[in-house]
Amino acid sequence: MRRTVAILLLIIVAVGISLSLAKIPFGTPKTKVGRHYIDEGIKETGAVNIVTSVVVNYRGFDTLGEVTVLFIAAMGLGAVLRAHAEGETRKTQPASLVLYTGCRLLFPLILVFGTYIFIHGHLTPGGGFQGGAIIASGFLLIYLGCRERRINQAASNLVESLGGLVFVIIGLLGLVSGSYFLSNFLPKGTANMLLSAGVIPIIYIAIGFKVGSELAGIIDNLIEES
Amino acid sequence: MIFGISLLVVLMLVGAIAASIFRDLISAVIAAALVSLIASILFYFLQAPDVAMAEAAIGAALTAAIFIIAIRRAKRYEE
Repeated sequence: MRRTVAILLLIIVAVGISLSLAKIPFGTPKTKVGRHYIDEGIKETGAVNIVTSVVVNYRGFDTLGEVTVLFIAAMGLGAVLRAHAEGETRKTQPASLVLYTGCRLLFPLILVFGTYIFIHGHLTPGGGFQGGAIIASGFLLIYLGCRERRINQAASNLVESLGGLVFVIIGLLGLVSGSYFLSNFLPKGTANMLLSAGVIPIIYIAIGFKVGSELAGIIDNLIEES
Repeated sequence: MIFGISLLVVLMLVGAIAASIFRDLISAVIAAALVSLIASILFYFLQAPDVAMAEAAIGAALTAAIFIIAIRRAKRYEE
């Protein structure tokens, strides 16, 4: 009985969703603001990657909120897991030679790739969040392959705090320069160059370091606990 | 092109159904990671490489790793 009711409800929901989605004309612009970002984004912000110009420039304040949410999540996880993991030493079984060698070989390459992704965030696809996640996946590889290695918690926390601080200070400098919080007060430069787009590369480098150290810290806390 | 994308969508649905019916939780996590991986490929085809990159790194790698670490502490098989 319950099963038939559930299937019936599912069918009703599926029909409703597909009927309402079928009415939307895909591929046609529905708002004017999107067209504005595409047409004027490079001129107004200097960033060739339009996604980056929206994320860091047009809605930079929302990005600050996003970074704060991630920071609070990492801090809460650390507080919960740290509370009862003091003083325990884990016995680990060493990884196989292939995994050990492979991860030691790949780890620096992954770090370089993640750094490239967030330094070139205003030129190519990617940015601080993506680069940080790639760096954290490199640390995950180290935890799987070289099991006795640990990241330096103090250094990781320092990098994380410095990243957040740089973001807020850049925002306040925009306020000091005479316009609004997180305004792009540096010269835009020529488009397509590494040193262009004003404050966008600085903010994305700060976000990259911050996200990378936060996610690596989350993995470190979880592995320490398990 | 359209055939390849349809194949990917079908694979994604298979992965999603498998993730919900597997009794072995590690296998279920791998199936869920497959869904994320195919989602990132589809994002790439839909010309959203930024989202594709985040989905591949966070959805497929980090989330799966966190689930597996959690399962190691709990029971591996669902009753």
